[in-house]
Amino acid sequence: MTDTNTFDGQRWHDMGGTAAGPVPTDQHDFSLWEKRVDALMIVASGKGHFTVDGLRRVLEDMGEEAFETMTYYERWIASVNQNLIEAGVYTTSELAQRMTQVAARGATYGEAASE
Amino acid sequence: MSDRQYMRVRADMPPGHVRTPAYLRGKCGWVERTLGPFPNPEALAYGLQAQALPLMRMRFSMTEVWGAAAANPNDTIDAEIYSHWLEPAEAPHAP
Amino acid sequence: MPHDHHDHLSPSGHPYRPDDDHPLTYWQQMEIAVRELLIEKGVTTAAEINAQIDTMDARTPANGAAVVARAWTDPAFRDALLADASAATRDMGFDVGPMKLIALENTPTEHNVVVCTLCSCYPRNLLGLPPDWYKSRAYRSRTVKEPRKVLAEFGVTLPDTTTVRVHDSTADMRYVVIPARPEGTDGWSADDLAKLVTRDSMIGTGLPKSPDAA
Repeated sequence: MTDTNTFDGQRWHDMGGTAAGPVPTDQHDFSLWEKRVDALMIVASGKGHFTVDGLRRVLEDMGEEAFETMTYYERWIASVNQNLIEAGVYTTSELAQRMTQVAARGATYGEAASE
Repeated sequence: MSDRQYMRVRADMPPGHVRTPAYLRGKCGWVERTLGPFPNPEALAYGLQAQALPLMRMRFSMTEVWGAAAANPNDTIDAEIYSHWLEPAEAPHAP
Repeated sequence: MPHDHHDHLSPSGHPYRPDDDHPLTYWQQMEIAVRELLIEKGVTTAAEINAQIDTMDARTPANGAAVVARAWTDPAFRDALLADASAATRDMGFDVGPMKLIALENTPTEHNVVVCTLCSCYPRNLLGLPPDWYKSRAYRSRTVKEPRKVLAEFGVTLPDTTTVRVHDSTADMRYVVIPARPEGTDGWSADDLAKLVTRDSMIGTGLPKSPDAA
């Protein structure tokens, strides 16, 4: 099975039929911050600010390195944020200032999220 | 499936967001059922007005998709393909 | 307020990963900032986000198991499920939201298995969030090409006389497998049968538990 069935123009996320190793068996329980990212996606898309297709488009454009180095919900919050900025819900400047404020609240997620 | 439509998935390789897997492009299959219409994800992904399109559940044989590498020729792959990715094809003998 | 309100157990019965006490990451900063901005802009409320988390937490493989067990014991429901799985599960009382669900019935000659090669589409509004392996490169890549080898890694070996039907969730539909009812369960109640139905058996990478193991 040396035929890897890849094509010029095939994108990294379009994985069907490409060679890969054994299916991993590791499992983790979702943490609160991951569940919040999931909920933000469902709520914001449910209100029409963007679509699941917009979520996927940004995840794909983030590229393979992001897939290999970031966790699933890290990629999701990056994509949710990108879509919300594109939709004009808030500006990059507003996000930047808020992230700086959040970082100043404490060294852990629990401290920074408790405002 | 012999009374079903037989269609080929377009072999196009555009950039951008599409929902037609590369491994099925250029491959022929039977329409398992027709769904939709559903808005075109290639427009939705960019926040654009999207045309509603029929969505076909296509059934492909493993042999059609993987050729000699198919371990079990009778096994199948079903996938949903939007109608603008499909073109008529001449049916082989019914599988 | 050092700890959060949502400190109950996860659906698996394990505690959440103790991320509250780990160093704050860039992406966690972003989640907090995005959530606060959405609340300030009036897009959502903290209560709405918590309610959405609770809604997702209530969606577990047990919901799917109840659907499968009813399909095994109620022929009219089984027919309705195969005709329109979203409507049938809704009628059973499950909040599947806008999900468009197709039920795939395993038989002595056909075995169905579900994958999403392009991302990780999953019937989450019935079964909850997908397992990590479902989102892995290996599962997404290999299942459409060598499904029997993938199934063997999960401990499922099928005879050549069984046709494997792989379903790639490429678009608007989601899929749940109705596994074959185990032998030796004649007369069992739907509640008892549901205990045999595993998450993996509804994805197609597993089989129901044997009645001897129940």
